[in-house]
Amino acid sequence: MAKELIINTAWCKGCGICAAFCPKGHLEVKNEKVREKEGTDCILCGTCELRCPDYAIYVQEKKEA
Amino acid sequence: MGKTVLMQGNEACVEGAIAAGMRFYAGYPITPSTEIAEASAVRLPQVSGKFIQMEDEIASIACAIGASTTGVKAMTATSGPGFSLKQENLGYACLAEIPLVVVDVQRSGPSTGLPTSPSQGDVMMARWGTHGDHPMIALSPSSVKETYELAVRCFNLSEKYRTPVIFLMDEIVGHLREGIEIPESVEVINRPEPEAYHAKDLAYHIAEGELVPKMAPFGKGERYNITGLLHDASGFPTNNNQIAGELVTRLMKKIEANYEDIVQVEEAHLEDAEVAIYCFGGTARAAATAMEEARKKGIKCGMFRPITIWPFAERELLPVTRKVKRIVVAEHNYGQMVHEVRRVAGDHCEVKFVGKVDGTVITPQEILQKIEEA
Amino acid sequence: MAAVDMTGVRKKDANVSDLVFKYMRPEHLPHIWCPGCGNGIIMRDVAQAIENLKIDRNNLVVVSGIGCSSRAAGYFDCSTIHTTHGRAIAFATGIKVARPELEVIVITGDGDASAIGGNHLIHAARRNIGLTVIVMNNSIYGMTGGQYSPTTPTGDYGTTAPYGNIDRPFDVALLAAGAGATYAAHATVYHVPQAIKLIQDGIAHKGFSIIEVADVCPTYYGRKNKKGSAVDMMRNQKENFVTAAQAHRTCRSRKPGKRP
Repeated sequence: MAKELIINTAWCKGCGICAAFCPKGHLEVKNEKVREKEGTDCILCGTCELRCPDYAIYVQEKKEA
Repeated sequence: MGKTVLMQGNEACVEGAIAAGMRFYAGYPITPSTEIAEASAVRLPQVSGKFIQMEDEIASIACAIGASTTGVKAMTATSGPGFSLKQENLGYACLAEIPLVVVDVQRSGPSTGLPTSPSQGDVMMARWGTHGDHPMIALSPSSVKETYELAVRCFNLSEKYRTPVIFLMDEIVGHLREGIEIPESVEVINRPEPEAYHAKDLAYHIAEGELVPKMAPFGKGERYNITGLLHDASGFPTNNNQIAGELVTRLMKKIEANYEDIVQVEEAHLEDAEVAIYCFGGTARAAATAMEEARKKGIKCGMFRPITIWPFAERELLPVTRKVKRIVVAEHNYGQMVHEVRRVAGDHCEVKFVGKVDGTVITPQEILQKIEEA
Repeated sequence: MAAVDMTGVRKKDANVSDLVFKYMRPEHLPHIWCPGCGNGIIMRDVAQAIENLKIDRNNLVVVSGIGCSSRAAGYFDCSTIHTTHGRAIAFATGIKVARPELEVIVITGDGDASAIGGNHLIHAARRNIGLTVIVMNNSIYGMTGGQYSPTTPTGDYGTTAPYGNIDRPFDVALLAAGAGATYAAHATVYHVPQAIKLIQDGIAHKGFSIIEVADVCPTYYGRKNKKGSAVDMMRNQKENFVTAAQAHRTCRSRKPGKRP
């Protein structure tokens, strides 16, 4: 089943925990919000979701639109 | 006909509570209320109820409130020092609208005071002890029989209005032994519950024309929130000043608007009275004797006894103050309710006070003296 | 975000994870805690533990006291009660004794559980009553702005310890164990899978269980004690927390700075 990384920018408080512990260095905080970096790949490990205090980033199975 | 038994006031409190449906008691030992805990420990397991002795007075009321959230009728009992400790959570139950009966068997204070001596020094604490504006219902019995009856009424009022009710006993009645007839059945009122159970977030929704929310017990599938913060109809904290104001106002109105249902008084010989004794609880026993003695001496003396201490029986007292020449307030303290009586009486009649703070009881002679005083 | 209509039916949109949607009340999120506060992580740990144990939310009660930690109760979608300061365990005792079939979880803080509520903590542990107590231990009074608590390390600063804390700190889990708790564990907000497992085992445990989670408070404790950002504080946990077995060994080798 295909998974995807979802960021809920409205809930992100920009603490940077997800970016700091992302094993691929795929995340960064810009203007107090997390975003995906260009040129790196997300391996959908979900480490960010485990430590996000605000439930603003998570990995989930892709849902049919 | 029920059976007649010799019983102590504290025991009658437990029997009345159980008849009303009390199935949970949490308490901490304190003189002169300890027999209430002891009798509850014996009786509750016999009726599939639960008894727990907690680590302190605060835990006792908290534990009873917790039990009540699951729909169980709960009680805790204490005396002055413990009643002081319970005040914060008493306010919690008022605001969160959780039914609860708190018994205070008053003893002489302040502080540790005279633990085995009677007093009525907690009257104002019963009304104003917890912080902030809040409604309060308090009942005060003057005999063992009435202790049984009012224990039932405490639960009924608490359930009906979803508010804590204080059973303001005193050492005189708590340790008094009298023969009482236990009724075979009593009228029992249960708290309002929702018509149907379905997960919804508006536990504190008030139906049109009503003042009491119909909250489900915890564990019935209505997953709502209870908080000691001012909250909206969903039970969640709010900083909205309008909603906050409306909530506190409704809590007050819930009791004010039902004054007629809540307030009970006993009046004796007031038809022709020129002097009235204002008394309540255990002191009413000496007052009754004083009234009889005065009548024997040809003094037209009557008696006004609020059974409901709070809300203050203002509507019933007002016409009395307009009729008699003198009211003698007999209460077992340095003067607490006398201020309320003076407020209602205004300039319409003279208000005299007889009180005691030395741990001895007020005698009929002391009351009579104030009746006869020029 | 999700909204609740008048009938209480929650509508989900794309921006809430299944776990959060199922066990929390997304209409009240984002929560009130500061950026980087570990409380949200612990809340998710609890939700994951509940999911793993397949507990019916209708039979679940979450009880809290007062302080930063206490706001957690309201975010869970079950029966929730936010009580008075220090008294959560006493309220929870009433709920559990009255209805033993309910699953009762207490979420509390270091001040709430071990200062004002310390008496209730030790007696609940002594009774071995079936409560699960989660302590969000951030080593400070956060809600009131950074006063030292019973778990503030000696020498650390708080607004009421401007010259350094002269008291020794409690180990809350050990305190409860000493009082008779039949399950006591330490966890951290950094070590998430371990924390979930410890909470899960605590809930499943029959009897009193306590899981003290070392939290991070970057706003007050961190700033007052120059501990850096939330990330720095979590790195510190990663580097300095060891397992109980390792702690036993380090204890003997007297390696400084390591905590179980």
